[in-house]
Amino acid sequence: MPAWHNVVIIGGGGAGLRAAIAVAEANPKLTVAIVSKVYPMRSHTVSAEGGAAAVAGDDDTFDEHAYDTVSGSDWLCDQDAVEAFVVEARKELLRLEHWGCPWSREQDGRIAVRAFGGMKKKRTWFAADKTGFHLLHTLFQTALSYTGSGRRGGSGIVRYDEWFVTKLLVHDGRVRGVVAVELATGRVETIVADAVIVCTGGCGRVFPFTTNANIKTGDGMALAYQAGAPLKDMEFVQYHPTGLPFTGILITEAARAEGGRLLNKDGYRYLQDYDLGTPTDEPVLRSMELGPRDRLSQAFVHEMAKGRTAETEAGHVVHLDLRHLGEKLIDERLPFVRELCASYQNIDPVHELVPVRPVVHYMMGGIHTDINGATPLTGLYAAGEVACVSINGANRLGSNSLPELLVFGARAGKAVADFVATVPGAATAPVIAQGRDEENRLRRELSDHQHSDGERIADIRTEMQETMEAGAGIYRDEASLTKALDELAELKTRFARASMDDASRTFNTELIAMLELSGMLDVASCIVASGLRRKESRGAHQRTDYPDRNDERYLAHSVIRRKPDGDWRVEYLPVSITRWPPGERVYGR
Amino acid sequence: MPETITMEVWRYRPEHESEPTWDAYDVPLRKEWAVLDGLNHIKDQLDGTLSYRWSCRMGICGSCGMTVNGEPKLSCSTFLTDYAPGPVRVEPMRNFPVIRDLVVEMGDFMAKLPAVKPWLVSDDEPDEDTEYLQTPVEMDDYKRYSMCINCMLCYSACPVYALDPDFIGPAAIALAQRYNLDSRDAGAEDRRDVLASAEGVWACTFVGECSVVCPKDVDPAGAIQRYKLTAASKAVKDLLLPRGAR
Repeated sequence: MPAWHNVVIIGGGGAGLRAAIAVAEANPKLTVAIVSKVYPMRSHTVSAEGGAAAVAGDDDTFDEHAYDTVSGSDWLCDQDAVEAFVVEARKELLRLEHWGCPWSREQDGRIAVRAFGGMKKKRTWFAADKTGFHLLHTLFQTALSYTGSGRRGGSGIVRYDEWFVTKLLVHDGRVRGVVAVELATGRVETIVADAVIVCTGGCGRVFPFTTNANIKTGDGMALAYQAGAPLKDMEFVQYHPTGLPFTGILITEAARAEGGRLLNKDGYRYLQDYDLGTPTDEPVLRSMELGPRDRLSQAFVHEMAKGRTAETEAGHVVHLDLRHLGEKLIDERLPFVRELCASYQNIDPVHELVPVRPVVHYMMGGIHTDINGATPLTGLYAAGEVACVSINGANRLGSNSLPELLVFGARAGKAVADFVATVPGAATAPVIAQGRDEENRLRRELSDHQHSDGERIADIRTEMQETMEAGAGIYRDEASLTKALDELAELKTRFARASMDDASRTFNTELIAMLELSGMLDVASCIVASGLRRKESRGAHQRTDYPDRNDERYLAHSVIRRKPDGDWRVEYLPVSITRWPPGERVYGR
Repeated sequence: MPETITMEVWRYRPEHESEPTWDAYDVPLRKEWAVLDGLNHIKDQLDGTLSYRWSCRMGICGSCGMTVNGEPKLSCSTFLTDYAPGPVRVEPMRNFPVIRDLVVEMGDFMAKLPAVKPWLVSDDEPDEDTEYLQTPVEMDDYKRYSMCINCMLCYSACPVYALDPDFIGPAAIALAQRYNLDSRDAGAEDRRDVLASAEGVWACTFVGECSVVCPKDVDPAGAIQRYKLTAASKAVKDLLLPRGAR
């Protein structure tokens, strides 16, 4: 008998855990399985630093949070989704507080908030600069209470820790389960389910220089795409303006929110030259260093072209100056920044400038879902970075992603609980047969790679990453994207013959790398193909051959679908506009 | 600085060998490279069969605990140049069964975690639009114990856990204390049976190695000692005072 659960959630990070709790709360009789390639507390949510946005103070309103998000997105987000998001974000962050999240506090015990890029009010809740770490561990520990023996009881949340999902099983137009490999043993298992929620996060590792953890390989995007579900707005890749130059490790935007300044090699606050405002001693909201990420990363490229960036062994950099903030504030508000600078850059930001450069950070695009996390493929849901609802449009604002994974993780969980209550039972035999086919395919592929004298997996991966940076970086054009697409096609051919050293069934991480790369080649192609079709510049998608925003043609979501022959089709869907007609993005004036 | 350094890596492939062996690899010695970068170089360029866990490479996900030249370390925040001219010996964490190469079995810890009820227990949760008030001073009571990344280095260093695998262990006890000392929590009683048991704090002989190796300065040894005091004074009160006065 194969394993069976009402709901299978792929991924045990913030979105997956929140969704699991939502299912368990909605109906304690349902069984929920979290299938994750790492132990949940290893998930990449853990690396989020700066904070989580939601209206907090009396001087703030939901409408202002919504407007900042809409204008930050360059009007490509869906405003109905944003309006729901800003209201529920506050509820979710308070729930986290009730579950024990150690939010930083004011002296009187109320929750403290800080400024963040592109936000006109202070509304970013934070736990020093380890917000994601505390959020993830709070969710994981709370999820532990939803087990048979836990405080909240119910059928409980069961976990498949260190299992890698290789395929979504689709029968009669409905997702009916998954096939997964247990890393420890190499065992392949079919897990039947009434519904599946994909919560696997982003795909930063398709690029060479990224803040993303090693596990961020876009697995869920690839699974959905291969199963026929569409991916949306894939051309929008966020570069964070401040990564450490050698490792790509993130230096949080909170460093600038607390007053950090960006300087070129001459010590000049260069952002003033890029329509982002005028320098002041105290940080000003929606101005200069507190502008949105897309604009700041683009400013770096122009500054480099002018020869005003500093050259280091690890490439061109500008400098983040935190020295004037003082040791006390840095230790209280930015302790992780100091720790990371010491470990990985061998400098102390209390006394020294921090070298930084733009780094791939976040995917605005992802699996196309509605406002409840449902994809067009029946029984398939998605939430978190892997999904595209979209509240982020062409550019996400910093500190909107943590509340996003909570709000839409919870929404997807509730929607799935409703769905499985109404869905008719169906025969499992065809699903199990499909699972067996997948197991055979895996065996065959593994054997082919092991007996090949082709290239190393890692070499093909590196080449793919370089192709993406060269062809689909901060600035792209027709020629660079076309070349990247051709190279990716060639890499796919070479990948089919790639060789593997490891024939073991026990904890074969080379096998996982092979499966990840297979998916990444698809995801990379979707990014490039979607970028090639969008002949305008908007937010994070900047075409040097089409430098202007074109609302007439492209105020629309791109949707890319796999065709049965393996090729793809790009179409456009309308953007939902409720209250804020497209306008100019104004920062610093 | 020499251009390369030798990494001696502990290998164990249960399908092929009954005993562990050592493999030596020369890797570039670069000033920015952590031990993890050396392992990644081996995996990507020299030998795809080497297995180990890693993810964030910034000391926060807790995946890459190993034994480096005899000490429990996060391989992503331990640098090759600190071991020049080498060799650097990399082994799996001690006190755990090994699945393969540098990958240890940590199911024991995952099973112990729920036993200490590491979640907020509260009988009077505020309404959905209000937060619990908690001053920075109140937060300081437990904050340190909330910083644990579950990397398992403390278990790897603990001589008690080495002898008594039933010992709940440093990280799990620190986590229980993280909630016990949180002003919002009312679950200390619920956690008492497990913490005050023979396999709880009383198993600890206060060697203190756990706090020495902790990469996040959590001080599990301090958490354990503090709980011993709490448990002892509670036991004395139980003995001396009538029920109503406890």
